[in-house]
Amino acid sequence: MKRREIRLIVNGRTHEVSLDANTTLLTALRDLGYTDVKNGCEQGECGACAVLLNGEAVNSCMVLAWQADGAQIVTNAGLGTLDHPHPIQEAFADAGAIQCGFCTPGMVISTKALLDRNPDPSEAEIREALSGNLCRCTGYAQIIEAVRLSAQRLRDLGSRSASSLAGDSSASEAGREDDPQDHLLAAGDVAEGGGDS
Amino acid sequence: MTLPAFQLLQPKTLDEALDMLSAGGSVRPIAGGTNLIPDLRKGMDAAGILVDVSNLAELCCIRRKDGHLLIGGGVKIVELLDDPMIAEDAPVLGEMAQSFANALIRNRATIGGNLVNAAPCCDSAPALLALDAEVELSSAVGVRQLPLADFLIDAFTTERRSNELLTCVRVPIPPKPSYGGFVKMGLRKISCMAKIDVAVMVEANGDGTCTSARIALSAVSPVAYRARAAEEYLAGRALAGETIREVARLAGASARPREGSEYKLQVVQALAKRLLEGIGERIAGSES
Repeated sequence: MKRREIRLIVNGRTHEVSLDANTTLLTALRDLGYTDVKNGCEQGECGACAVLLNGEAVNSCMVLAWQADGAQIVTNAGLGTLDHPHPIQEAFADAGAIQCGFCTPGMVISTKALLDRNPDPSEAEIREALSGNLCRCTGYAQIIEAVRLSAQRLRDLGSRSASSLAGDSSASEAGREDDPQDHLLAAGDVAEGGGDS
Repeated sequence: MTLPAFQLLQPKTLDEALDMLSAGGSVRPIAGGTNLIPDLRKGMDAAGILVDVSNLAELCCIRRKDGHLLIGGGVKIVELLDDPMIAEDAPVLGEMAQSFANALIRNRATIGGNLVNAAPCCDSAPALLALDAEVELSSAVGVRQLPLADFLIDAFTTERRSNELLTCVRVPIPPKPSYGGFVKMGLRKISCMAKIDVAVMVEANGDGTCTSARIALSAVSPVAYRARAAEEYLAGRALAGETIREVARLAGASARPREGSEYKLQVVQALAKRLLEGIGERIAGSES
């Protein structure tokens, strides 16, 4: 079996890696140190390995690493750091949505994907959006509350930054500032090995 | 757990992919991988050579042509959710997509992959059977089209030859007004495999008489199929009262569930009845 050099852009950092064809994106990411991406069921049932692949939430256990050559990948650790957590991560902590924590990175990724599309989801929409992520500890009530809280905080942040920019003539500036997590994604301060193990 | 070893070919164009598939031996296409990768991992499937068709632009569009909706084999299930042409011409596909697995899977799984896999609980097949869809199979030597009903042979068995790729699903755009519906029963409300799928498409004339009807079922026999006796009974009748009961009874009677799942015979009837009653009300509503 021939290895091939591919390029994975993870949380803003580019990695050139030589991998076998049968390496999944999940394995590739964990071997690079992105151990916040969890290896759960390896059959697309649990969502613990969820990442954003070019902006879409997917199970990384079912993507071959070669299929992600050149793609933009964002893991939970790429959304925020301990010092600068993403509002979604903060809301998960504040709502007590984390017990053992194993499902949390995937839950956060699915939440990010949901709120990017739908900033004000109903409870039914939240449940539907998280239905590919299993949690064996919490019973989901706090997780759903965390998503609701995340949505509210992101909306508040959005309207605050929009109103603080009122009168700013630069539309493109405003567009950037509208997304409160943009600076986190661009920071590139997520070291390899970032996140817990 | 490591996947078994295989060779992965990544063609840049459809022609290149079809050449690779015709090389012979143990070669097969992979797109979203949501069935194939778990199967490989469990050792249920062996693949010497995989041809990655997930990035072929030729397979990824939805368009209208000659009274048909053409859905590329590589179109992801998520794309059926909010595509304006699907919403207008074949909303039953959107309903199906809504109940298909979960967001993480819908973002990878493709319509072609779902049909080629031909699982007994395949969700896309009943909706597409109700729409009277055809599939287009392409190989290095040519293209052929066949009705989806003929393409699906048995559980995990289709008419696809090993050198062929399901490149397109052709859906005749239903005349307006047409009425469709899709209902899925599983162990949970969402993110589940189908225990039963029922899909219906009905055309009705001004006085409410059904001029044509297609009723398709999944997960109640080895592979999705059309309940022809129920369809024939409904054609020429209005969707109401006794007719609905009889059509639902015929649909239920067509099911061939596995031993131990005989409950499905009754549940198919109940689901079909509910779906048909809803459509009957919509037809009655549009007459007034």
